[in-house]
Amino acid sequence: MPQIAQLAATYSSQIFWVLLTFGFVFFVIGLGMVPKIQSTVDARDKKIADDLEAARANSAKADTLEADWRTKENEARAAAQARVAAAKAEAARNREAALAKADAAIGDKVATAEGQIEAGRVKALSEIEAVAADAAADIVRKVAGAQVSSDAALKAVKAVI
Amino acid sequence: MAEPGKIDPMHQFAIEPLFGTEQLAVGGYNIAFTNSALWMVITVVVLWVFMLGGMKRDLVPGRWQAAVESMTGFIAKLTDDNIGKGGRKYVPYIFSLFMFILFANLLGLLPIGIFGLHPFTFTSHFTVTGVLAILSFSIVLIVGFWKHGLHFFSLFVPQGTPLWLIWLIPIIEFVSFMVRPFSLGLRLFVAMIAGHILLKVLAGFVINASAAGVVPGLGVGIPSFALMVGISALEILVAGIQAYVFALLTSLYIHDAEHLH
Repeated sequence: MPQIAQLAATYSSQIFWVLLTFGFVFFVIGLGMVPKIQSTVDARDKKIADDLEAARANSAKADTLEADWRTKENEARAAAQARVAAAKAEAARNREAALAKADAAIGDKVATAEGQIEAGRVKALSEIEAVAADAAADIVRKVAGAQVSSDAALKAVKAVI
Repeated sequence: MAEPGKIDPMHQFAIEPLFGTEQLAVGGYNIAFTNSALWMVITVVVLWVFMLGGMKRDLVPGRWQAAVESMTGFIAKLTDDNIGKGGRKYVPYIFSLFMFILFANLLGLLPIGIFGLHPFTFTSHFTVTGVLAILSFSIVLIVGFWKHGLHFFSLFVPQGTPLWLIWLIPIIEFVSFMVRPFSLGLRLFVAMIAGHILLKVLAGFVINASAAGVVPGLGVGIPSFALMVGISALEILVAGIQAYVFALLTSLYIHDAEHLH
């Protein structure tokens, strides 16, 4: 086994060269390069974490903005609906009032007309009575030859009618 | 050395100085640039090139950058899970350990023998795995005593130890604690050497059987080759698992040092 057979002759060279080469690996690669590579990885991990955090914050912000917008939208919608309802109520009230006014006017007109008709009728009736009394007095005079006063004739006519 | 015509499965672990540096020494200690050292350097270069792909630092990673980041993320998660609080400061060390062993194991499995080159798995030498294990163990000791002072010795008295066992449990705990660097280093070394020997032995079967004639060549060679394919796949798995186990156990031991029990 050369490891043992050559031990006395080669141990110092082996130890020297392994210390030299491993020392180079440790000081140049281990201490020089590894921390830089690790810091790159850490920086990347941090950037990813930060970006995720920012995205999460932006998402939350967007959510609140949307919620705000929704409340505002709802408020505006409610206000618009209230306004429409008010306008509707107002219109209904106006219509009611106009209707009532028109109704009253029509009622008045109808009442006046009815009064006029009644007056006309009464007048016509009295005229008819007068004419009938005259006619009756004429008839009595012509048939019976008796003179009948217009008052008696009117009385008699009224009794008949 | 092996006799001519015989295939020595251990030869792949032999260390040979390269470029005439066998006499290179510092303070009386030989530091020859060997094939083992060459593959350590290759491992470092390949790992460094791999890591460069992760240094683009784009916000949206490409495939290569994502691959590098998945490795650092894997180790970061390992330390988070196993060390817990305060574990991130060990990521550079655990990552270096894991990637160094992983790339060494995988590069040692490269089939570049067909180009006449010889891959060398330096993690199959306990001199190398031992150094890495002692490094990990030293970190545990240093962190433990630095953070907890002498209170670190309470590691040897687990909570809920009955009073009448107080003389025995610390001894068992101490032994198991001191065995850690050995188990850490030997586990990797044994796993790597075993797989490589098995592959080389089977390859020897294929070559010797085909040299012996058509009938043994087909009868022994084909099953051996099929087995080699399967074991090669298994070795790739083992290469990853052993690197992971080394990193995992190191982080578990560091957890003990950081938080005691």
